[in-house]
Amino acid sequence: MINTATVANIQPATRDATLSVTREQGLELWRQMVLIRRFEERAEQAYTEGKIGGFMHLYIGEEAIAVGALAGLNPDDDVVTHYRDHGYALARDLAPNALMAELYGKATGVCKGKGGSMHFADPRKHFWGGYAIVGGHIPLAVGLAFAAQYQNQPRVAVAIFGDGATNIGMFHESLNMAKVWNVPLIILVENNQYGMGTAVQRASAVPDMITKALAYNIPAIQVDGNDVLAMREVMLNAAQNARRGEGPQFIEAHTYRWRGHSMGDPQRYRSKDEVEKMKTRDPIARFENRLLEYARATQDDFARGRAEVERVAAEAIEFAETSPFPDPAELYTDVFAPEVTNG
Amino acid sequence: MAEQSYRDAIKDALREEMRRDERVFILGEEVGVWGGTYAVTRGLYDEFGAKRVRDTPIAESVIVGAAIGAAMGGLRPVAELMTINFSLVAMDQIVNNASKMFYMFGGQFSCPVVIRTPAGWGQLAATHSQSFEAWYASLPGLIVAMPATPRDAKGLLKRALRSNNPVMFIEHARLYNVVGEVPDGDYTIPFGVSEIKRAGRDVTIVSYSRMLHVALAAANKLAQENIEATVIDLRTLRPLDLAPVIESVKQTHRALIVEEDWVTCGMGAEIAARIGKDAFDYLDAPVERLGAIEVPMPYSKPLEALALPEEKHIIARVKEMLT
Repeated sequence: MINTATVANIQPATRDATLSVTREQGLELWRQMVLIRRFEERAEQAYTEGKIGGFMHLYIGEEAIAVGALAGLNPDDDVVTHYRDHGYALARDLAPNALMAELYGKATGVCKGKGGSMHFADPRKHFWGGYAIVGGHIPLAVGLAFAAQYQNQPRVAVAIFGDGATNIGMFHESLNMAKVWNVPLIILVENNQYGMGTAVQRASAVPDMITKALAYNIPAIQVDGNDVLAMREVMLNAAQNARRGEGPQFIEAHTYRWRGHSMGDPQRYRSKDEVEKMKTRDPIARFENRLLEYARATQDDFARGRAEVERVAAEAIEFAETSPFPDPAELYTDVFAPEVTNG
Repeated sequence: MAEQSYRDAIKDALREEMRRDERVFILGEEVGVWGGTYAVTRGLYDEFGAKRVRDTPIAESVIVGAAIGAAMGGLRPVAELMTINFSLVAMDQIVNNASKMFYMFGGQFSCPVVIRTPAGWGQLAATHSQSFEAWYASLPGLIVAMPATPRDAKGLLKRALRSNNPVMFIEHARLYNVVGEVPDGDYTIPFGVSEIKRAGRDVTIVSYSRMLHVALAAANKLAQENIEATVIDLRTLRPLDLAPVIESVKQTHRALIVEEDWVTCGMGAEIAARIGKDAFDYLDAPVERLGAIEVPMPYSKPLEALALPEEKHIIARVKEMLT
């Protein structure tokens, strides 16, 4: 059964009156979103100064999805994401210093400077990486979900990608086999309205991504991706269902990317008016209002929080700048994992 | 030491490793109820059940991709691809995920997945008669094994299932019924160790997989004419062990590489370049290559036969090299 009831349609007043989190939890979610934004603004600046190279895809404007989604998961649930991965890595509590150093290509980077912006990973946190071939990581999440099922572990795996990836074959192969095998997989689609510069209606035969889940008999829900609590709620439900053995679950989160697809995108495919209009739905500002109104948060809380985030972001830059580049010998390491010696 | 077919040797490797290690499971098209398109997995479904011998949809990308993900999650998957031709559908998974994972993420985790697939031919025409081992062997980060004998097939597969790295394990459809001696008990064969199958003073023939048998037959015929060939089986193409080849060429001064792939950009091109560099001063003749004629494989039996190197071609080429 497809479930098209949207959390966004539930009256905010009835939800916000109680919130669905405590004041402390709410402020923590807010802090994570602000950290992602400031981390990326600092990275953006460093990129324009030539200190970061390659492709870098900013998440600014979409923060509520990563923060809300990961808040709805256990810390050992497996996360496999696309190349727009800074937000997810920070929401999974990977160290900002090591992430910024990775952007700088430094030896202290989370992947020793070998992966860069698109390939953050830390298996100790079940954060299995950003992947840069569109749709190519979705089968990996199917396999991780299967590994949990096979080993009778209560973990779920989540595959995260954009609306553009729903048009590629690996998406369809993965949904089909995940359903046939009934694995605990959550498919999270960030519908930010554009696959690079191509609007959804110009690339997808159906406007709603959840329709594609219906083809595979996978329960699906649409949610306002700029509402961090709604995101958390749908992820909690999806994870509970998957953990109960109900198989794959599908979430389509609507959002909007404020920056270009990647650095250096001239954005000829959309108007400035459109971007400005969508910015009025800022997930951070909206959540601040709710925290002020329903959680006894104060402007002082936000000022303190912003100062703390500013310090963390500045320290990350400082750490990245002062860290050494990898030793030339590192070029040759890690091609193969050490082989077993008792085989 | 018992006689066993190449097929049964592979099956025994799978069975023994599945008994030894709960993490090992098989996935692929028709591997379970059917028993495998080439009957390699026949009987394993009955012994290990649907949990560990898993039939999949016809969807090579997710077969290989899910196997990689399962390996990341702590399992030891064996993904069977019905033929190597279908591996092209899974190319992104093999190239961009399996072979990159350890390096790209800074050595934090690898994906010990084994991808089993047969090369081969048999009036199957252009899209079903290919041999892509050189493509895969070109990838840093991927081990490529291509055994010729039942003993090596079993030993290398068991080694692959205990490896920490992704392994492309390329079988050959025309070898499944070939019988050979297989050691008793548990054994493995290391990656990157070529084997001298036959020693001779006049020419060094380098080969692997099915062509090794053709090369050995040719060498036996040549011996009747007092031409003695060294024949070397590479066994794995990455890592590639050419030390015995170089040593041999220094004695014989002549080298011929025999493969079933097209020679352009094939394994022979790589091997010839390395012989040219490491044994240049010892060569009395240009390094020669024999492989498939550079056409898409035709269906018609006599045409197909013309497209592949045979014993007589090896004999003729060696004689040319000696004149």
